[in-house]
Amino acid sequence: MKKFLEGSQAVAEAVKLCKPEVISAYPITPQTHIVERLSQMVADGELKSEFINVESEFSAASVILGASATGSRAYSATTSQGLLLMAEVLFNLAGMRLPVVVTCANRSVSAPINIWNDHQDVMAIRDSGIIQLFAEDNQEVYDMHLQAYRIAEDPQISLPVVVNMDGFILTHAYEPIETLTQKEADDFLPPYSPERKLDPARPGTFGVLADPNWYLETRYAMQKAQEAAKRVVKKVASDFKASFGKFQGDVIESYRLEGAQTAAVALGSLVGTLKDVIGEEREKGKKIGLLKIRCLRPFPEDEIKEALKEAENILIFEKALSLGSGGIIFHEVRSALYTSPSRPNLKCFVLGLGGRDVPKSSLKKTIESFSPAMPDLNFVDLKEEQIKEHLYVPVS
Amino acid sequence: MSQLAEQKENLLAPGHNACSGCGLVLAARLVLNAAGPDIIVTNATGCLEVTTTNYPQSAWRVPWIHSLFENSSAVASGIEAALRAQGRLGKIKVIAQGGDGATADIGMMCLSGMWERGHDILYICYDNEAYMNTGIQRSSLTPFDASTTTSPSGKVSLGNPTLKKDMPAIALAHRLPYVATASVAYPQDLEKKVKKALSIPGPKYLQIHSPCPLGWGFKTSLTIKSAKAAVQTGLYPLFEYENGKLISVKKIAKPQPVEAYLKDQVRFRHLFRDEAGKTQVEKIQESANENIKKFGLTG
Repeated sequence: MKKFLEGSQAVAEAVKLCKPEVISAYPITPQTHIVERLSQMVADGELKSEFINVESEFSAASVILGASATGSRAYSATTSQGLLLMAEVLFNLAGMRLPVVVTCANRSVSAPINIWNDHQDVMAIRDSGIIQLFAEDNQEVYDMHLQAYRIAEDPQISLPVVVNMDGFILTHAYEPIETLTQKEADDFLPPYSPERKLDPARPGTFGVLADPNWYLETRYAMQKAQEAAKRVVKKVASDFKASFGKFQGDVIESYRLEGAQTAAVALGSLVGTLKDVIGEEREKGKKIGLLKIRCLRPFPEDEIKEALKEAENILIFEKALSLGSGGIIFHEVRSALYTSPSRPNLKCFVLGLGGRDVPKSSLKKTIESFSPAMPDLNFVDLKEEQIKEHLYVPVS
Repeated sequence: MSQLAEQKENLLAPGHNACSGCGLVLAARLVLNAAGPDIIVTNATGCLEVTTTNYPQSAWRVPWIHSLFENSSAVASGIEAALRAQGRLGKIKVIAQGGDGATADIGMMCLSGMWERGHDILYICYDNEAYMNTGIQRSSLTPFDASTTTSPSGKVSLGNPTLKKDMPAIALAHRLPYVATASVAYPQDLEKKVKKALSIPGPKYLQIHSPCPLGWGFKTSLTIKSAKAAVQTGLYPLFEYENGKLISVKKIAKPQPVEAYLKDQVRFRHLFRDEAGKTQVEKIQESANENIKKFGLTG
């Protein structure tokens, strides 16, 4: 059934279908609508979950850790500073191989404080071992949450999943969403029943001390689980199609890349805007396409290499950067293409930080300005006057 | 009962690698045996965790989980919520535990949250009065004047300059139905308190004085003697609060002077060198006297 839903409400509706036994969260903009809606569902008896209002995101992550280890499906949502406060627990959740799902309503990080969208928050936990999915629109957000538990709870994988959706741009946008019935969701997502859990009937020790004789092997096992997760992401997408008649998933999505000399690369809601721009450019006869990265961890290196094998010029659009290094996706894509025989020109375009609007005109201008001679790292729509008047930038 | 059979009864198995004379591990064994097998235990990072779970070995015969240093009580909150959702809470009880640093310093936020939300969990603080696992650094439960590696006595220092944080009072301010202190020197009292706490629904706090031979500097044979002296001098009063009311105290027939407790420990040795130290000992005696009066320990 199609419903007209706010993105946050779509998340809540999808999470409800997943029947988490324990939900724990701490309010932070722009995540609040998600947990408010879930609270109301619990208050109205529509959702039979323990909703634990905690004193911090740190405890929210710890509560779902305890619940998951006890054999309950568990959920949380956060963003930005909250995600950073959770960081220690998130690494721990991954190391303990607990398949929780956390929604991240992507937002910038402080300082300066800014509540609007970019991807700097989640990039800080990029190397945690958590599976990272990015949604383009709210239909994908909705479907992704159901898929996330299937991926996380696959016995071969058993890792947490963070579902990334752009703060405000998606969380607060109303879109028609094709929703599922509880019966359909139940058929797709079976109840969570882990092999091992905290249980006096079968006492086990969780969260042990691993000395130098053991620690390396735990990381190896996580790396292998991440690699296997690519297969599972694809399998879950196929199963989704088998169940609901539409393919929704995979680790990447190629958009009009056939015969494209120029390829844009992006993730999140920016993909939607870029699709519009690329459609218009194609009509003008420009050979341009788009690669959407849907799954950042595991990183789809082979798939990216294959999708971009014909592109001569690659423009990476990023809502984050590793300060002191440059674009994060840029470096990872460049690394993936290192052994590519075509050796394409790659340039990074940082844009939209702190919620700066990214209009189609900016993207068009950027694409037009592309030249192999330009620097690797470029900032789109930078306001030079403001820098001159208000900020200190060393003279090179 | 043979020694072997007795060991099999223990829910915290022997063979862990805690130091000889460790008060903490003794206290934990008493807690577990009093609680029985139908429990789930969370543990903060610290001595108790590292000495009992060096993979692939574990000393725990009950379901046990360690996540991080500061979140034992928050992880326990999640376990309690899951058991509630599964309809298993009550039949299975939850115990959260940590050392004094994990409880009163780094884990204070999570602990306050757990108490305020009213989870049905017994929180146990094994109080050995410093960060022993990292090498005897000062915590907020380190007593006044104790020399630690980060509050050392020196030419211009008499050791830890602050008073021990009053955790039971903070617990009481959260309106906990049960707040108590215990000591490894009084195992029957300790076990009774664990059993009583577990019979009361809601959040509970039990703080157990657990001497550390290495950190305090005394012979490993003197753990119980040291713990007993802390109680008998009035420096570590044993009491029980139910619903905010003081319902029992461990009476001291004839309080010993605080020197009886202090002089056997290297951490207080600097107080017995000169006149300045003497004044400090007098101050410590005053705080023992205050406890005796406040809790009516001699009455």
